[in-house]
Amino acid sequence: MTRFLLKGLIRDHHRSLFPVIIVTAGVMTSILGYCFMHGIIDDMVRSNAKLDTGHVKVMTRAYGDISRQLPNDLAILNVGDLIGDLEGDYPHMEWTARIKFGGLIDLPDEHGETRSQGPSFGIALDLLGPNSRERDRLGLKKALVRGHLPQAPGEILISEEFANRLGADMGDLATLVSSTAHGGMAVQNFTIVGSVRFGIAPMDRNAIIANLSDVQYALDMEDSAGEVLGFFPNLIYDDKIAKKTARDFNSKIHQPEDEFSPVMLTLREQGGLGEYLDTVNSRVAIILFGFFFVMSLVLWNAGLMSGIRRYGEMGVRLAIGESKGHVYRSLLGESILIGTVGSILGTAIGLGFSYYLQEVGLDISSMTKGSNMLMANIMRAKITPASYYIGFLPGLLATLVGSAISGIRIFKRQTAQLFKELEV
Amino acid sequence: MNNGALITAENLVKQYPIGGRKFTALNDVNLTVQKGEFLGLVGPSGSGKTTLLNIIGALDYPTSGSAIVIGTDTKELSHRESARLRNEHLGFIFQTYNLLPVYTVFENVEFPLLLLGMDTEDRKKAVMGILDRVGLADRAASRPSQLSGGESQRVAVARAMVKKPKVVLADEPTANLDAENSHNVLQMMAKLNEEFQSTFIFATHDEKVIGYLRRKITLNDGRVAEDIETTPQYN
Ligand SMILES: Nc1ncnc2c1ncn2[C@@H]1O[C@H](COP(=O)(O)OP(=O)(O)OP(=O)(O)O)[C@@H](O)[C@H]1O
Ligand SMILES: [Mg+2]
Repeated sequence: MTRFLLKGLIRDHHRSLFPVIIVTAGVMTSILGYCFMHGIIDDMVRSNAKLDTGHVKVMTRAYGDISRQLPNDLAILNVGDLIGDLEGDYPHMEWTARIKFGGLIDLPDEHGETRSQGPSFGIALDLLGPNSRERDRLGLKKALVRGHLPQAPGEILISEEFANRLGADMGDLATLVSSTAHGGMAVQNFTIVGSVRFGIAPMDRNAIIANLSDVQYALDMEDSAGEVLGFFPNLIYDDKIAKKTARDFNSKIHQPEDEFSPVMLTLREQGGLGEYLDTVNSRVAIILFGFFFVMSLVLWNAGLMSGIRRYGEMGVRLAIGESKGHVYRSLLGESILIGTVGSILGTAIGLGFSYYLQEVGLDISSMTKGSNMLMANIMRAKITPASYYIGFLPGLLATLVGSAISGIRIFKRQTAQLFKELEV
Repeated sequence: MNNGALITAENLVKQYPIGGRKFTALNDVNLTVQKGEFLGLVGPSGSGKTTLLNIIGALDYPTSGSAIVIGTDTKELSHRESARLRNEHLGFIFQTYNLLPVYTVFENVEFPLLLLGMDTEDRKKAVMGILDRVGLADRAASRPSQLSGGESQRVAVARAMVKKPKVVLADEPTANLDAENSHNVLQMMAKLNEEFQSTFIFATHDEKVIGYLRRKITLNDGRVAEDIETTPQYN
């Protein structure tokens, strides 16, 4: 009997092929959209974490309040002790100090006169420490365009775009003109040994990357740093643990009345990133739901159309002695089959496209040119475990709901009436 | 039970609600049908022939009175039980053939046997046997769209007869056929009636059909106007 019904289903393209195509297309689009949005979110979290927020960040409250102005006069003092404490209390994370600073980069000619100069945004981090993972975290090797990574004090990296603008060559001398933590003038010479490109607009515009101790010396910040970042060793953000760590730290160390006492913020708590991610996530959910809804409508309609087309068949089957329940269940069975096949096909094709977008990506650099968001110029999809099953929800459910609703009309109708409609 | 009658209608009334009022399609119909009869419900259009046939076939239910078909009051049957009654004992033939277009001739005829749970070998034998009887054994693999009207109706007859039902209900089975095909199909049904002792009930106003009947029940405005034995003209 089942085989008999299956034969009919496969032969009738209106009932099998077309619905399967609809489900496949819908599921494919949902999966692609899901993976794509996931990739973007994931990339934003990653970029922000590695370049700015860490998975958690410790800074003084005063610094945190105006951190965009890079207020190194409000930096954490005795940063070595703090890191020691953090490493002791929270060994599940890796702790490292960074200084962000602004300044002018000046390239002198052979007479010491300015050849070219430009404003610059600098990050100082532990590039030389034997145990430091900062190089990997920032992916410096991958980002390197020319030259090599700093191997000795006094060596810096500069963004490729910035280097081109300044006409800087590898090995050139660069003078940083900035201000010390105490408001004095800071002038320090560096050697440009490498150029980098991150594919993130605000970093590629005018960044320099210097060694922490060099900058501490230049800005008069011995044993002091603007921020201490904590990273999970696998570099995957875990909001629950991050929150727990921050809560614990703040309850033990932070003194609310002292604006210079260090406070820990999670990635989500910094710069409105959490709200932003929530918004994106809910948009994704709404879009997915929209797809689900539209697909249900289409399938429901298709179910109705084929239902009307099939009144005759239903009537005959009932007359021959099939029970209404059996006919209805066979309709649902058909839709489950179609939903499953469509979902599997759609998931496979959707994952295929997503994989392509994960490996190759979509270049949006023209859109991010002026942006200050730490967002990659190449949008990539990301395949997560959920991508494998998330399409089944809309695919299977939409088909089932569609045919369940349209099938009820057949079920409710007087059997004799089915023939009447078939005679006209 | 009712002198061994196969079908009994007692004070059968069928009303349809039409815009708040009731329209009476069958009005106090009484009749009994014995095993092996070859009878027709005749009468003008709208007289209630199809309605009565549907009630006998447990596809529809009377408003009052009762239809007792093969020992059971159809009113008392659940959906499932009435389906079983149709499956085991009743065969339907329609004016518009109503073959399932996606299935072959063989599969269309096989369908009722599948519902009965018959095994493959027996099914094959029964289907080929009846297709042979209606002269369509060589068309077993054809689709309904490849058949003429007469051939389609013969397949429909085969489908109704393949399980050797106690009762065959045929609603205007010749309305879409030309004279030659009509006679063809009717002769076949008369022969099957003789051979299997299946009871045939027609709803028709086709003189050709009437010419084959042995009993003629005339309906008029939902009432039995006349119920007489007739001598078949053809044969
Ligand atoms: N579902 C329904 N709702 C309302 N009235 C109906 C319904 N079905 C049948 N009728 C009415 O009942 C009457 C009998 O209908 P029926 O179909 O039994 O006639 P018939 O004798 O088979 O006619 P024909 O020879 O044209 O097929 C008709 O007047 C018809 O309009
Ligand atoms: Mg009729």
